[in-house]
Amino acid sequence: MALVGPPNSGKSTLFNRLTGLRQKVANYPGVTVEQRMGKLSGIGRSDLMLIDLPGIYSLNSYSEDARVAVDVLHGSMPGTPAPDAVLLVLDSMHLSRQLMLAGPVLELGLPTLILLNMSDVMEARSGEVDSLALAQELGAPVAKISAARGTGLDAVGNFLARKNAEMQRPLQLPIMGNAASYRQWATGVSTRTKYKAPLSSETTRKLDRVLLDRIWGPLLFLAVVITLFQAVFTLGQPLSDGFQAFLDGAGLRVGAMLPAGWLQSLLIEGVWKGVSAILVFLPQILLLFLFIGVLEDSGYLARAALIADRVMRAIGLNGKAFIPLLSAYACAVPAIMSTRTIENKRDRIATILVTPFMTCSARIPIYLLIIAAFVPNRPILGAFLGMRAAVMLGLYLLGFVAALATARLLKSSILKASSAPFILELPQYRLPTLRSLGLRLLDRAKVFVKQAGTVILTVTLVLWLLSHIPTHGGSFPQLADSFIGKVGLFIEPVIRPLGFNWKIGIGLLTSVLAREVIVGTLGTLYGGDPATQSMTLQAALRHDLHLGGAIALVVYFALAMQCTSTLAVVKRETNSWKWPAVQFVYMTVLAYVAALATNQIITRFF
Amino acid sequence: MALSELGVGQVAVVSKLELSEEVQHHLMHMGFIPDARVTVLRRAPAGDPTVYAIDGMEIALRRETAG
Repeated sequence: MALVGPPNSGKSTLFNRLTGLRQKVANYPGVTVEQRMGKLSGIGRSDLMLIDLPGIYSLNSYSEDARVAVDVLHGSMPGTPAPDAVLLVLDSMHLSRQLMLAGPVLELGLPTLILLNMSDVMEARSGEVDSLALAQELGAPVAKISAARGTGLDAVGNFLARKNAEMQRPLQLPIMGNAASYRQWATGVSTRTKYKAPLSSETTRKLDRVLLDRIWGPLLFLAVVITLFQAVFTLGQPLSDGFQAFLDGAGLRVGAMLPAGWLQSLLIEGVWKGVSAILVFLPQILLLFLFIGVLEDSGYLARAALIADRVMRAIGLNGKAFIPLLSAYACAVPAIMSTRTIENKRDRIATILVTPFMTCSARIPIYLLIIAAFVPNRPILGAFLGMRAAVMLGLYLLGFVAALATARLLKSSILKASSAPFILELPQYRLPTLRSLGLRLLDRAKVFVKQAGTVILTVTLVLWLLSHIPTHGGSFPQLADSFIGKVGLFIEPVIRPLGFNWKIGIGLLTSVLAREVIVGTLGTLYGGDPATQSMTLQAALRHDLHLGGAIALVVYFALAMQCTSTLAVVKRETNSWKWPAVQFVYMTVLAYVAALATNQIITRFF
Repeated sequence: MALSELGVGQVAVVSKLELSEEVQHHLMHMGFIPDARVTVLRRAPAGDPTVYAIDGMEIALRRETAG
């Protein structure tokens, strides 16, 4: 069974109603369109599978979404069997326009049930339609439902029971081709079925008069944005840290119960560390998606995109990229997952590629360490701005400028402005339901843990292995003698011009897992070195690094892609290894060149 | 007269679309069809894009598309 409908017709709500919580989410092969499937357990038909197709206006392949929908309906999508029947959802508030999609869908010749969603609201606002006449006109059964309330859904069960008995074929419709003739036909059908559009809600226009006001609009937008940022940053960060501490503590306690040896190390430093590296993102992911869920379901997200569009256009992106880029200041992982609201594929990929330049919270530990060790705490602008704060601010700015420049570069080269313009539908304001928010959170958490989690776990295990071989007489080597340590020593000639030594080299390698790992690695290395053993990490770094190398190190961290979780999420969201590979190479090269320049300039002039 | 030349509150009738076929198609399915009535509802606080009411829907277009 396939579920088809235009965007904003309440299709996802209906899908959740019909399938309950047991859904499978994946990507269709080769495209970024998400495939959603679930058993029809919501109406007691767990033997049937329902496929939720992307929201489309027509079957003409103007977008990737529409091409996927057409391929699935024709049975030509690899790995997805051709549907035996179609559920077509239409928003009864805008029936005469939504009927335009009914034409091409009915022409497919599949048994189809037409569901008029939100008919309760339509009738409450004195709209009308003769559903029997509509069924006759279309040659297919029609049912009035409300997906939000779950009413009228027994029609789906009845349709399925009858379908097996009769397999009724829809009537032949007049042959149509272009949008204008579909519209003409749809208008004809709605007139003949006595469709009376409901009175439009005044609430939306009244709210927009304030929320899109010249002065109040941007102010309220800023308030919303600051609240979101504050919540993800100041609430999400301690939650993540607390959760991390809890997971680490649990690991230690379990580790203490195991006999010391390679199994303990593999389980605790390998497997458990990998699992906690995945789980630790959940608080921020859930918090961000709770906010985005409220904004999207209420209809405000489209207004926010409208307000931000003018600014975002200056860097070659559109208004919908604003919220993802902002949330990347907390963490790129949920931010990249939230780019799904950007329909334009090229804009979406460009946004995904620049997101990791935003200064995420994982960069803060190494920034703080280096700044505290190397930058004197001297005031620059009296009490307002000290030198340390200025360097910190400069690093934030560096990431932001790199993102802007990269966005421009991408949009004028490989992702040159596509022919698809920015078209934004402003839906009516609605009150978000707890049910749909909850389902969305569950869905995103599942997708992240299952699909990004496997990559993160694999990389953690490989890194653990590389830092624990070769063994000497059954015991593990020191980090400096391990395979990864050897590679760190081996790359020293390459990183020497940046002012880095082999210890930093090992830190760069281990922090491919996550940026904050470098602090722990440096602690281990300097702690194991007799020359620096008794010093604090800050003193040890001062003993070992020049100012040029130290500043080059934070510049490197501002620009490099040192985060397996981000790469795993980019792979998941773009459904290919190409984009994470491009991103990794580009960011590493950029970071190398910038760090090289930083070190050379500082050593020459200071 | 181009859609973008209309002032806020003005109502007009679509006569034809002059855009690439792909975009034209998309807009027609969103209601921008010859003879459809379109109302200029409001501009975004920054002056662009502009929100149009057409066929019971509110759709925002940038000046470059509506021009």
